[in-house]
Amino acid sequence: MGSIDLIALWISLRLAVTTTVLLLLLCTPLAWWLAVGGSRARIVVDALVSLPLVLPPTVLGFYLLMLMGPRGALGVTLHWLGLPAPAFTFGGLVLGSMLYSLPFAVQPIRDAFQSVGARSLEVAATLRASPWNSFFSVALPLAARGFMTAAVLSFAHTLGEFGVVLMIGGNIPGRTQTASIALFDHAEALEYGAAYRLSAILLVVCFVLLLLVYTLNRRLRTAGILL
Amino acid sequence: MTLSLRASLARADFTLDVECDIPTRGITGVFGRSGSGKTTLLRCIAGLERAVQARIECDGELWQDEGRFVPTYRRAVGYVFQESSLFAHLDVRGNLEFGLHRVPLRERRLEFDEVVALLDLSTLLRHRAPQLSGGERQRVAIARALLTSPRLLLMDEPVSNLDERSKAQILPHLERLRDSSAIPIIYVSHALGEILRLADHLILLQSGRVRAAGPLQQLLARSDLPLGHFEDSGSVFDAVVEEHDPNYHLTYVRICAGRLAVALRPVAVGHRIRVRIDARDVSLALKPPELSSIINILPATVLELSGDADPAQTLVRLEAGAEPLLARITRRSAVQLGLSPGTALYAQVKSVSLMESSATGLNW
Repeated sequence: MGSIDLIALWISLRLAVTTTVLLLLLCTPLAWWLAVGGSRARIVVDALVSLPLVLPPTVLGFYLLMLMGPRGALGVTLHWLGLPAPAFTFGGLVLGSMLYSLPFAVQPIRDAFQSVGARSLEVAATLRASPWNSFFSVALPLAARGFMTAAVLSFAHTLGEFGVVLMIGGNIPGRTQTASIALFDHAEALEYGAAYRLSAILLVVCFVLLLLVYTLNRRLRTAGILL
Repeated sequence: MTLSLRASLARADFTLDVECDIPTRGITGVFGRSGSGKTTLLRCIAGLERAVQARIECDGELWQDEGRFVPTYRRAVGYVFQESSLFAHLDVRGNLEFGLHRVPLRERRLEFDEVVALLDLSTLLRHRAPQLSGGERQRVAIARALLTSPRLLLMDEPVSNLDERSKAQILPHLERLRDSSAIPIIYVSHALGEILRLADHLILLQSGRVRAAGPLQQLLARSDLPLGHFEDSGSVFDAVVEEHDPNYHLTYVRICAGRLAVALRPVAVGHRIRVRIDARDVSLALKPPELSSIINILPATVLELSGDADPAQTLVRLEAGAEPLLARITRRSAVQLGLSPGTALYAQVKSVSLMESSATGLNW
């Protein structure tokens, strides 16, 4: 197996992990607000967050590319701060992946927070827990399963994404070429041996990952940590 | 010591406008039909609901006033909700310790082990909510609230979602709590039977307003209040234990009107207890009945007769030894006996409930 393929796999994994971690951090407050906030803006934000579900990935990728390029709003802002434009960089890939996988992270967490219910938080308040304390000691643990689902979905979705990554990353081997794009290149070049190897690795990685999550899930549930 | 309360709050379908002083000792029952504002009142006291215009002061500590609102987690109240509200991610011990650990050591007045013993939870500590029966869950919820050493324990229909058997199991625990702890309780219920059994003081709510408030016995005696017309209505008497008769397995207690026999209870002679007589368990006779199986017979005078919700029944308000006694008899009997205010007669009491439990004595 070529070193370029190994690097592509490494980039994919790094991208998926980074995206998942950042998404979970970002989505916790966002999902909380969507779940319990009383504002009317909620419906609009809910729809916006779900947009990547229906938008063709190339459309999202194209807009992001324009935004992140040296003449795009984000590119210009970053240049002004003395930073490089994010198009065709790993940072750009992370940004694009986060947007693309946003609904897969927000929705399970939002639903989990909703099912925690106002009553549990009222109970916590009558037991002397401040709002922050209630959030960390009641809402988060009760929503643990939603976080698990969000993590698995974001990770898998990022690992498999193609259109957005191709648009923003530009398929630069060793830098922004992910495993799924490398696989496409091999297939296009009729290098079926290499394509088979890469596919098999991706398949095994995904399966092992899911197996791990489900085992952990069951362990935690038996231990009563997850519901 | 009192909780002084004034709160008004308007909802789409309902307005609460309440002003009253609640003694912070014993059990105060808040009674009213569903929709009369009982729960909203309790939520205002706890700070879960923010009444627009309100002044709430508990034992000299101001909880709410214009420009001041102490949030729930800073009010020393315990709250027991109607439905099971145990945290599903914690076992029973974890639930009990949740509040306990959030109360500073110097404010803790109740020990973990005492409360566990009081509510009989020692064998359940490792269980989780789904493994518990409804009654057990409520016992855990009560213990959890108690462990925050509240100044005031608020209970919102804590047994109304339980079946009769669980209810019967949990009420003695509440009596023990009343008799052994110094924590005042505000007990909301739409079941008069529970109120009669537990409360010393009563607040009667009607359409969001306080219809009447005062000591339970006084309110029960008032004919202008609808209390007599409930299915489980009755009279409450203070009594002194006079004598035990182990031979017939009876305990004799004395009330103003005379002597009553109840099933033997291990209560010391001379001890003061409360007894309740349900209106439906009282029948009336113009002459002292002879050769009757009923042993509790009290001389009484008719004060007033009133129609009942059930057209076949009449509610008779009596005076027995200067204390009020309610009887519910058929309208036909009332006519046949020719009852009218002033008629002297004999009240035959079929059943007397003794409302005392052996106090376990918590350290305060």
